Amino acid sequence: MADGAAPVLDVRGLKTVFRTRGGEVHAVNSVSFHLNPGELLGVVGESGSGKSVTMMSLIGLLPSPPADVRAGSVMLGNRDLLKISAEELRNVRGAKVGFVFQDPMTSLNPVFTVGNQIMEPLMRHMGMTKAQAQIRATELLALVGIPDAAARLKSYPHQFSGGMRQRVMIAIALACDPDVLIADEPTTALDVTIQAQILELVKDLRKKLGMAIVWITHDLGVIAGIADRVMVMYGGQVVEQAPVRALFSNPQHPYTRALLKTIPSLTGDRAARLQVIEGQPPILIGAPTACPFRARCPQAFARCESENPDRRSLDGRPVGQGHDVACHWSPRGAHA
Amino acid sequence: MLDVTKAPAPLVQVRGLKMYFPIYSGLLRRHTGDVKAVDGVSFDIMPGETLGLVGESGCGKSTVGRALLRLYEITDGKVVINGTDIASLAPEALRRARPQMQMVFQDPQASLNPRMTLADIIGEPLDEHTDWDSNRKLARIYELMDAVGLNRRFANRFPHEFSGGQRQRIGIARALALNPRFIVCDEPIAALDVSIQAQVVNLLEDLQDKFGLTYLFISHDLSMVRHIADRVAVMYLGRIAELSPRDALYARPLHPYAEALLSAVPEPDPTLAQTRQRIILQGDVPSPANPPKGCNFCTRCPKVFDLCRQLKPELAEVEPGRFVACHLFSNTTAVGSTDALQAKEHNQQGDNR
Ligand SMILES: Nc1ncnc2c1ncn2[C@@H]1O[C@H](COP(=O)(O)OP(=O)(O)OP(=O)(O)O)[C@@H](O)[C@H]1O
Ligand SMILES: Nc1ncnc2c1ncn2[C@@H]1O[C@H](COP(=O)(O)OP(=O)(O)O)[C@@H](O)[C@H]1O
Ligand code: SF4
Ligand code: SF4
Ligand SMILES: [Mg+2]
Ligand SMILES: [Mg+2]
Repeated sequence: MADGAAPVLDVRGLKTVFRTRGGEVHAVNSVSFHLNPGELLGVVGESGSGKSVTMMSLIGLLPSPPADVRAGSVMLGNRDLLKISAEELRNVRGAKVGFVFQDPMTSLNPVFTVGNQIMEPLMRHMGMTKAQAQIRATELLALVGIPDAAARLKSYPHQFSGGMRQRVMIAIALACDPDVLIADEPTTALDVTIQAQILELVKDLRKKLGMAIVWITHDLGVIAGIADRVMVMYGGQVVEQAPVRALFSNPQHPYTRALLKTIPSLTGDRAARLQVIEGQPPILIGAPTACPFRARCPQAFARCESENPDRRSLDGRPVGQGHDVACHWSPRGAHA
Repeated sequence: MLDVTKAPAPLVQVRGLKMYFPIYSGLLRRHTGDVKAVDGVSFDIMPGETLGLVGESGCGKSTVGRALLRLYEITDGKVVINGTDIASLAPEALRRARPQMQMVFQDPQASLNPRMTLADIIGEPLDEHTDWDSNRKLARIYELMDAVGLNRRFANRFPHEFSGGQRQRIGIARALALNPRFIVCDEPIAALDVSIQAQVVNLLEDLQDKFGLTYLFISHDLSMVRHIADRVAVMYLGRIAELSPRDALYARPLHPYAEALLSAVPEPDPTLAQTRQRIILQGDVPSPANPPKGCNFCTRCPKVFDLCRQLKPELAEVEPGRFVACHLFSNTTAVGSTDALQAKEHNQQGDNR
């Protein structure tokens, strides 16, 4: 978490466009973020805000066409992932960057045993023999809390519950000891008591393994519980970025502020009526020339129509390092 | 509130509801067992009340909702809506009873016919249950569109042209078409973005006030249920674990499962998240085809003791208005329950054993 250390992952100005019949969908528009060693970066935003496309772009998982990763750099250590060959990228995916997706059933192969699927990357990327991989796979299954791990290696995905499958996905993602784990809504499809198990597991694994994690979710409660830093996305852009406590105690972007007010509380005061964010999320056809939130923003003014705001620092630290926001308005009254 | 001697008559009374889905297996497709999706559930819903129904995936919430509207032929029990036992109605009588009870579904996309216009969809119940002419129908359709906040200009458009939140409004308008008294809302906001959920919940509350509607609100979002429900039933593996007034439940859940469930909900407050004590349940929910002997929660309950593995605890009133199915409270069970209907349910279940 130390700011001094070089980030494990540094993404700058990432732009991804989908060519569709209706026009170009600007799904990811100049997204920049970094990940420090051992840190957990939470990414929040409503569906379609570009969370998944951002992460898929940086690791080369989008089919092209229709996707076109147009600009930016993705530095993993001293390599730019947007510049390396497909073969190198495949190795990075298996060994350096682990992935966990929302729906564990679609990402596990139903015809292979769980053991097979954990051992495969170990043999491919780590050069292990089958016997070695089997021992390591058993350790990994035990690590993610599957009882009777040695025997369960022979099970097929459908013989596991949703929560267990997600644990298996985490085991696979961790297999080669990656520098970075990217988890895209890994608990969204799970029940809260199972989600609580997985979140506890991740906290535990961070203590044991100290890896850096990007955790995507639309659940602000999950973020509050596990993130060190948070990046809020809206309409394909980063609209606010801050350490977790600052984001919740002092949200600055009108979208973040509205979002925090619209969710009912489990323990706090019970509002007679829920606050709403009127309107709909934007359609991202065409390059943005205005603030993506303007149609729903209570603070919108003329400049928001004519100019898409850049991220600006709120605390004097460089953008991305402290608390920053992409908005022309300032809650202190003066228009920035 | 379940005490019928003091309160006004409930609009919905459910007693000993069971819904088993048969399992057939082997070459001869013999009946080898049952998925006990709902296994002896009793509750009341008062007129104008919202009863929240919460619990984890597969615990039987939707099955309860569907059984109440007799979208299933139930295995056992009684479902009395507005004085009529829905479960035993003959087909024609059931058809006549349908308008008063409606359903709003989770997935607005899947529940709307993509080839019908918005006016056709909202007007469909009117075609089935009235002999109104087209002018009168259209007037009603417009009225409904106004009520749920859909622009009348959209009447001839198709569902795919609308957003998730708007589609849910279409589903709600259709449910309202025949002036129902009772609506089962089955996860009506689960498929919607957080920023849209509040819009739909506010609409449901406005409509309730305006038309005096009674809701069964099924959800796994415990924060939203706290917002909308008057009382809440917590289900686990086909049975009600606890049924309590909202504030009492959230302030102090009594049943160990209700307690664990509430503690697992992540709160959007980083400071609270660090200090809050969480109960992390071990393992998974058992299969409803093979529920444990004794208490359904005994395989995961942090407070389990010997009796729990032997005997199923019955739902009993342990504090005024609070019903709990747990042996930890069973000294109150013997004398605590004065509710005649509740006592009758115990007898029925006893007979079945
Ligand atoms: N038609 C059916 N045939 C067989 N089993 C069924 C059928 N419908 C439901 N079940 C089973 O009954 C149990 C309860 O299902 P139900 O749909 O009521 O759960 P739920 O509480 O609504 O879950 P969710 O939160 O996932 O919607 C589950 O085990 C389910 O698999
Ligand atoms: N294959 C595709 N073709 C066209 N548009 C796409 C495609 N995949 C994603 N998009 C669009 O990109 C935007 C961002 O999507 P995504 O990153 O999946 O959002 P989320 O934040 O929910 O993960 C959305 O507007 C989505 O519709
Ligand atoms: S830039 Fe303007 S429209 Fe966008 S969030 Fe800020 S005030 Fe609102
Ligand atoms: S009856 Fe026993 S197992 Fe069931 S909830 Fe109560 S204490 Fe737990
Ligand atoms: Mg996504
Ligand atoms: Mg359901």
